[in-house]
Amino acid sequence: MSRLTDSNLAIAREIISRYPRKKSALIPLLHLTQEQNGYVTDEAMRHLAELLDITPAEVIGTATFYEMFKFEPVGTYVINVCQTLSCALLGAGNLMHHAEAKLGIKSGSTTEDGMFTLEAAECQAACTEAPTLQVNYRHRYRVTTDDFDQLVDDLRSGALSGEIPPHGTLGRNRQHIPADKFVGAPDPDDVTEGPAWIPVKVEST
Amino acid sequence: MSTAITREYTPGFYEGDRPKIVTSRFEYEDSHTLERFEATGGYEGLKAALAMGPEAMAGEVKASTLLGRGGAGFPAGVKWGFTPQGVWPRYLVVNGDESEPGTYKDRLLMERDPHQLIEGCLIACYAAGLSQCFLYVRGEMALAHERIAQALNDAYAAGYVGKNILGSDFGVDIVLHWGAGAYVVGEETALIESLEGERGMPRLKPPYFPAAVGLYGQPTIVNNVETLANLPFIAANGSAAFTAIGTETSPGTRMVAISGHVKRPGVYEIVNGSTTFRDIIYGDEFCQGIRDGNELKAFVPGGGSAPWFVADQLDIPFEGKEAGAAGSMLGSGAVMVMDHTTDIPEAALTLVRFYAHESCGKCVPCREGGTWLLRIVERICSGHGTDADLDQLLEVGQSICPGEMPHAASERLGLAAVPFPYKMTTICFVGPSAYASIHSPLTLFRDEFEAKVVPAPKRVSIPVAAG
Repeated sequence: MSRLTDSNLAIAREIISRYPRKKSALIPLLHLTQEQNGYVTDEAMRHLAELLDITPAEVIGTATFYEMFKFEPVGTYVINVCQTLSCALLGAGNLMHHAEAKLGIKSGSTTEDGMFTLEAAECQAACTEAPTLQVNYRHRYRVTTDDFDQLVDDLRSGALSGEIPPHGTLGRNRQHIPADKFVGAPDPDDVTEGPAWIPVKVEST
Repeated sequence: MSTAITREYTPGFYEGDRPKIVTSRFEYEDSHTLERFEATGGYEGLKAALAMGPEAMAGEVKASTLLGRGGAGFPAGVKWGFTPQGVWPRYLVVNGDESEPGTYKDRLLMERDPHQLIEGCLIACYAAGLSQCFLYVRGEMALAHERIAQALNDAYAAGYVGKNILGSDFGVDIVLHWGAGAYVVGEETALIESLEGERGMPRLKPPYFPAAVGLYGQPTIVNNVETLANLPFIAANGSAAFTAIGTETSPGTRMVAISGHVKRPGVYEIVNGSTTFRDIIYGDEFCQGIRDGNELKAFVPGGGSAPWFVADQLDIPFEGKEAGAAGSMLGSGAVMVMDHTTDIPEAALTLVRFYAHESCGKCVPCREGGTWLLRIVERICSGHGTDADLDQLLEVGQSICPGEMPHAASERLGLAAVPFPYKMTTICFVGPSAYASIHSPLTLFRDEFEAKVVPAPKRVSIPVAAG
């Protein structure tokens, strides 16, 4: 099952309605489908193409540009270890070696039980708290090798399941715009006048 | 409500009586909630803006000479003025795709004070007549997404966002948009492409400014998160209160993230223009010096793209023009400090790898050159490089940035500074950044690179047998 479910379809329709042109909703919808299935499937991309009136080729063209979209199954927990300068200065290389040994896999692969995918990542905007890693894009700061072991144990035992949702879930909540408050997103071609609060300038001739 | 400052929760230190504009609520653990925001002067700037009218509000922003905090440092009020007369609709796109190596401020502003950002967006939309706002947040920032989504839902319910804001005829939607992991999307035209559902590749210039032709071909203001976060203060207190802080050319404050080998790494809000690098790195209220009493070897003054500084440049103030004259830039306000134990070629490698990896592939000099630079530096660091490789790096770099490349002065080497900027053969700054992040360490620490390479083998031609 990789087309959007009925409840996700309703969410997708709400997201699409917020943009003046449908295709703008493509990246948010790719996230939505990844949240549903854990990764982006071919069938899901065809469904998104239908929803947005574009071709499946356009969907995959955009999707493959962005690193967060996965096109084959990944672990429930994707662990990204930062390797850029600030983290490298404070032991990111060592942390990565330790992570590979602890999980028994090389960076870029997934454990056999499907629990963990380990990836080398670039700057995660937590440079003052180096070395850092993210689990499903949730930060962990100043990670020692002991911290890493503890983290893996906690993830395996389910102790962090409330804090860290499975891979694909971007936020545990969503923006919702109430219909009576929504100003609307008309196609720019249909708009000719300035917004109501801008005083109309009288042209001096 | 607790007001404790917990290190785990709020990286950086916000005590002391330094003026605070954007981090004024960071000391509260619940700074992201609407209750705390309203209790600490929240949405007062919006009310002030509505009272003074859009033209007066735009005038205040222009008078404040608020410089963009994304990297280029362009005055926000002037940027707004580039929108062509009478062309509607106009959009606001908020650049929350912070991913420059070392930079760590927009994420804090989004996570710790989302309502301040929302208020800033509203003020910008009101003053510049922008009819819809898209808040583009980097995909990897899950907590920022959660906090902003909650803040927007609360703000809609309270009547601060949406139709008829605070009972006026001003109405605007703010749409939270998700990125998906691409550094180059931080470039404003690439951000717009991405927001249109395309691959995030920068657009060919001209037109130079999205303010003229941007999202869906309409006039579009693209502002950085920190830039917009300054607007509530300017609206509530007036531009004079803003320009009273900092220097004439760089008013207000700036958020600076200092990471690497310092005793107290953190994100600090500093007075713009007058605080020096020595203050930041050695000052008691900031980083308190290098770890273990070590010597400073080098530091990156403005995010991974910036040419490096050494101890000779410590007394330069955190001010765009002065840093430029000294051969670097302030960029996004990120300082990465390296002590004397640092292996410079290995450190440079992490940055070259970053930019080579993040090239979008549109411009050949960046796509091919960046990768080529990376291969050479990797070869040098793994002990397989030759002395010819060092000149090869400079030669490849010349195809990305032809002519003289800016770098800092060095007393040790008897080297004078070459001021910013450089020439470039690419649309955006990713390619030049790959070169800058190897050119500058190679210029300032060539001896360390030379220690890693062997002499290139002498090639002799096979003698041709006579007769």
